Amino acid sequence: MPEPVISISGLRMSYGEVEAVRGIDLEVMPGEIFAFLGPNGAGKTTTVEILEGYRKRSGGEVTVLGEDPQRAGRAWRERIGIVLQSGRLDPYLTVRESLGLYAGYYRAPRPIDEVIGLVGLEEKAETRASKLSGGQQRRLDVGMALIGDPELLFLDEPTTGFDPSARRQAWDVIAGLRDLGKTVFLTTHYMDEAQRLADRVTIIAGGEIVARGTPEDLGEREAQATTIRYRSGGREVALQTATPVRTLHELTGEALARGEELEGLEVTRPTLEDVYLELTEPPADGPISGDIGPKSAHRPEVSE
Amino acid sequence: MSALTLVGHQLRYDQKAFWRNPAAVFFTVMFPVVVFLILAVVFDGSTVNVDGGIEATTYYVPAIMALSVISATMQTLAMTLVIAREDGRLKRGRGTPLPAWVFIAGRIGNSIVVTVLMLALLAAIGGVLYSVPFPWERLPEMLVTLAIGAACFCCLGIALTAAIPSQDAAAAIVNALLLPLYFLSGIFIPEDELPGGVIDFANHFPVRPFFEAFFQSYVPGTGPAIAWHELLVVGIWGVAGLLLAIRFFRWTPRSG
Repeated sequence: MPEPVISISGLRMSYGEVEAVRGIDLEVMPGEIFAFLGPNGAGKTTTVEILEGYRKRSGGEVTVLGEDPQRAGRAWRERIGIVLQSGRLDPYLTVRESLGLYAGYYRAPRPIDEVIGLVGLEEKAETRASKLSGGQQRRLDVGMALIGDPELLFLDEPTTGFDPSARRQAWDVIAGLRDLGKTVFLTTHYMDEAQRLADRVTIIAGGEIVARGTPEDLGEREAQATTIRYRSGGREVALQTATPVRTLHELTGEALARGEELEGLEVTRPTLEDVYLELTEPPADGPISGDIGPKSAHRPEVSE
Repeated sequence: MSALTLVGHQLRYDQKAFWRNPAAVFFTVMFPVVVFLILAVVFDGSTVNVDGGIEATTYYVPAIMALSVISATMQTLAMTLVIAREDGRLKRGRGTPLPAWVFIAGRIGNSIVVTVLMLALLAAIGGVLYSVPFPWERLPEMLVTLAIGAACFCCLGIALTAAIPSQDAAAAIVNALLLPLYFLSGIFIPEDELPGGVIDFANHFPVRPFFEAFFQSYVPGTGPAIAWHELLVVGIWGVAGLLLAIRFFRWTPRSG
């Protein structure tokens, strides 16, 4: 068994009367992309700042790369890379200069050109940070965190406020970190981000962990039903089933027998988003399952 | 990398960023030169009634030099550090192996480089256009005076960041403190034109004693080459600034 890169037990953090983190436990293993997911104010940033050594905790045990971040020194900082939630870069330095500045801080930095390639900024190497788009700036930010060739990277909400294309670019860069063998601790409040990038997801709400597992597990766990949608005779039909293979077989069998094409046939599993909302939000008035939106004229329920 | 090499590395990038920053270059380089030229053109030929009477241009060279020192140290540090802090750049830097003192030393080094360049530039303008002699014979004393003043205003600039809540407030707060002191200390208006009591008041703040000490080291015959009494006042302010900076300087953004 490899040693965990991050190990937290019973972590607590209070600001005066307010308990932001109420006794959480988690472990992050080498080489994995670990998503720490939760709504704003759930305690994500507090936790990640404790792991990064920025904040002193109120209680519990924390080990990051074998050391307590509260007491760790320069040698430990050589081994981690940090991308802050809302950092701006020096507007007057170019991409290459920003990386050069940070490269000088480390004993054994990665070659600058290699990092420029890793974050896909070859075309912008001589461009000042102030002239980069938001997505490019964030990629440079990730590059600056990578320049020391760290074992562990912290990415705090790396795509918050991005347009879809910038998010996709940032995701490609983060997914590429896996190939470098880096361990990544990613905080996010976007479910799709966790689903797309993470090996394991832990969901925090109100300072407590409410769920953990692989993105698939989490989807599975709460999977009340798979939804099958199609149009038949001009009506939209949505079926919920726990045994999608069987239901689909029956459905398509009947349709074939009738010689009918099931228009717009679509099988969807509940997204992690649905699971996430269920876990982190107070229960809604009505049941969420079965609702296919205001367009639906017909809502059959198939129960097994 | 040795600590000194690391300071040099940081300083090199701070210099690049400084010279590309139009606000920093305007306030610290252009502004003193323009102010000197305006004052020199307006008052050329007149005499300032201090120490038996000296040429106005001879008065204004060390006066605007003193302003340049303060601008390159206190003003530049306070403004650029607040901007970097609120951008999250200071916090980010603290997450790297770079020791905090190296970062600060780099910034102070940047201020010193700019200070020396400004003094050379103003000495050259004063010497070439208005034949104001450079005090080569008192160079060591002038450099000691300069070093004490620069150290003091660096500490005050770093301490002042703690009182500046946001990037937008930086220029306003720094100028609100310094501009009145420049006027009250005889830097823009020669002291013989100021009403009695103004200089006595200004002597309690660091700008006037530094200007006085620097003036005496720069213009022979106006006082001792090193004005220890004035430098003591400057030093007390510097130590106060240092203590406040150590106690209240922060690396994390205050807003947002």
